Amino acid sequence: MHRAAAGAPGPARPPSPPPPPPSAMGAAVFFGCAGIAFGPALALVLLTVAAEPLRVIILVAGAFFWLVSLLLASLIWFISVHLSDQEDSKLQYSLLVFGAAVSVLLQEVFRFAYFKLLKKADEGLAMISEDGQSPISLKQMAYVSGLSFGIISGVFSVINILADSIGPGIVGIHGDSPYYFITSAFLTMAVVFLHTFWGVIFFDACEKRRYWCLGLVVASHLITSGLTFLNPWYEASLVPIYIITVCMGVWAFFTAGGSFRNILKCLSCKQEEDNRVMMYSALQVPFED
Amino acid sequence: MTELSAHLPQFQHGQLTENFPDNHLSSTNESSERRRRDNSERRRNDNPESETNGQPQNNIQQVVEQDEEEDEELTLKYGAKHVIMLFVPVTLCMVVVVATIKSVSFYTRKDGQLIYTPFTEETETVGQRALNSILNAAIMISVIIVMTILLVVLYKYRCYKVIHGWLIISSLLLLFFFSFIYLGEVFKTYNVAMDYITLALMIWNFGVVGMICIHWKGPLRLQQAYLIMISALMALVFIKYLPEWTAWLILAVISVYDLVAVLCPKGPLRMLVETAQERNETLFPALIYSSTMVWLVNMAEEDPEAQRKASKNSTYDKQANRAPNEDAEADDGGFSQEWQQQRDSRIGPIESTPESRAAVQALPSNSQTSEDPEERGVKLGLGDFIFYSVLVGKASATASGDWNTTLACFVAILIGLCLTLLLLAIFKKALPALPISITFGLVFYFATDNLVQPFMDQLAFHQFYI
Repeated sequence: MHRAAAGAPGPARPPSPPPPPPSAMGAAVFFGCAGIAFGPALALVLLTVAAEPLRVIILVAGAFFWLVSLLLASLIWFISVHLSDQEDSKLQYSLLVFGAAVSVLLQEVFRFAYFKLLKKADEGLAMISEDGQSPISLKQMAYVSGLSFGIISGVFSVINILADSIGPGIVGIHGDSPYYFITSAFLTMAVVFLHTFWGVIFFDACEKRRYWCLGLVVASHLITSGLTFLNPWYEASLVPIYIITVCMGVWAFFTAGGSFRNILKCLSCKQEEDNRVMMYSALQVPFED
Repeated sequence: MTELSAHLPQFQHGQLTENFPDNHLSSTNESSERRRRDNSERRRNDNPESETNGQPQNNIQQVVEQDEEEDEELTLKYGAKHVIMLFVPVTLCMVVVVATIKSVSFYTRKDGQLIYTPFTEETETVGQRALNSILNAAIMISVIIVMTILLVVLYKYRCYKVIHGWLIISSLLLLFFFSFIYLGEVFKTYNVAMDYITLALMIWNFGVVGMICIHWKGPLRLQQAYLIMISALMALVFIKYLPEWTAWLILAVISVYDLVAVLCPKGPLRMLVETAQERNETLFPALIYSSTMVWLVNMAEEDPEAQRKASKNSTYDKQANRAPNEDAEADDGGFSQEWQQQRDSRIGPIESTPESRAAVQALPSNSQTSEDPEERGVKLGLGDFIFYSVLVGKASATASGDWNTTLACFVAILIGLCLTLLLLAIFKKALPALPISITFGLVFYFATDNLVQPFMDQLAFHQFYI
């Protein structure tokens, strides 16, 4: 392993590419990485979820479901580790990979379970309201549930790392990558987005019984998780993950009913004609309760 | 999410109660039923004419349906809104506690134990430690039970002054002494130099305004803020002085006790509730966090006479004066003892000891609630705040998983609160607010700390993401 770039004296060596300098930590790194990792999530929550109580409840319940799935996966991993030889590092590594795969599958199972619960809740809400429509649509629930999975997944992955980044310390002093914090932050942001998109696509696929979509979502989740096993070879892990994120984003956009026309309409900021005015043109005495 | 009730759910200290007088609930039902009946009649009447008139009838129908759907929507939003009205203060209290635990080392330092938990946990064997913690928890719980029974007895024999005096002394202790210690420790942590004169001024103002807000009248937000602060202070005291195993055991046992005391027919809390109901009065002012006081303002605005009564009855010691006042008010018609009681129930003194949570039984009073359903609020006992914060604070203080464990407990408690509210909507009677949340919290704490944390640690070490 490389020594820290502290200029240690020694015999003359053939020139080798200089090791990347270890990076310092501190409040700047903390705030920067926290902003990268959770900025979009925070903006999404503040703009779309915080104002509606029902969506906040769905957000928290989604986090709960994800936590239960993680609990079960950790239980399985824990049992497998304790039943095996703890000294064998290769075995432990493969058990970790196995644990990660189980965790991904369990997350998707619990996403499905959450879909079932929200569907029932949707029916309940629709039954209660007189006009037969619930105050929140299944698509909105899909989005909020995806966002909740993303936030809690990102938080659990990165919060301890962020807490450590306040310092003091130097990253990469033993030769590991000095870009640990910033790549973790970017990975977390990708994970948040991915879960949101997966949520939208997944719920729509379950609703329309398109099982190939479901399979694709699960497969892409497994692939994403698998790509992170290539860390710290960040070119091979980060770039493909972001490509997957963008693809999922486009797919989710079209699944949710978006189209080029919608984008143009949104960008042009034109007010939609309210043609409901016409329905009451046959004037009646206002109905009094 | 299914609908939460439209009437005023009340969460008392350790219990949820429905604060709907029967007449109020029935009147709501009647009005909505009447509306529906009228609508259906109208539709039936209109139908034979629909062929001739066509459009106009449809319009009426649409308007009718729109009205009804607005009503139903209001009901629903009302339900979800109340969950959020409780989420926010519970979250704030927990945030304050966790922030303090993480920054001020005083509250994680071992400086002895309370007299309620005399057995030490620094023992040689695990068995001895377990035994000591069980004994500590048993002593603490029996103290609580004794205090509850004492309170029931005092209430039954109408010793209101004793109870009021006790509650006022406790709130004085909390608002002045504990906050003084807290402020001192915060200054020490951040190395802020402070002279005694400024400190005395700050503490004096804080304490006096707190006493006024909590025991008498004050802006709603200020009162809520004070209640959250004293809950946080109390929770911090528990976190500091309860040794580890004892704390977890006490949390578990107190949620069982809460369940038993509120739901069993002979439970002290239930007896308290029933006694107060028989006497048709609200209990002595109790520790309740309320999300709205708007009805009070409404009442004051609607009736100038009521306002005069409010100024007359500003002191606490009015149990004795209540009877003559009520006679005088009988002529006013309407704003009588019920209004008085509602106003009194607003005033909640603080209790510094855990026994007091048994004291919080503010009743489902039979008083009129506000006319506007939007104004009706939700209430949660301060003891629930305290124990939720103790759980999350202990998780952040002692867990090896650190932030993961804290967050998991936080989510678990919020979900427990949500489920409890749901149960309240279904069963519509006094329910304990602790058991579900504390159970989830404890399960998540131990599971996250022992199972999830090593897993996430390994994943983070290799920078794997799941």
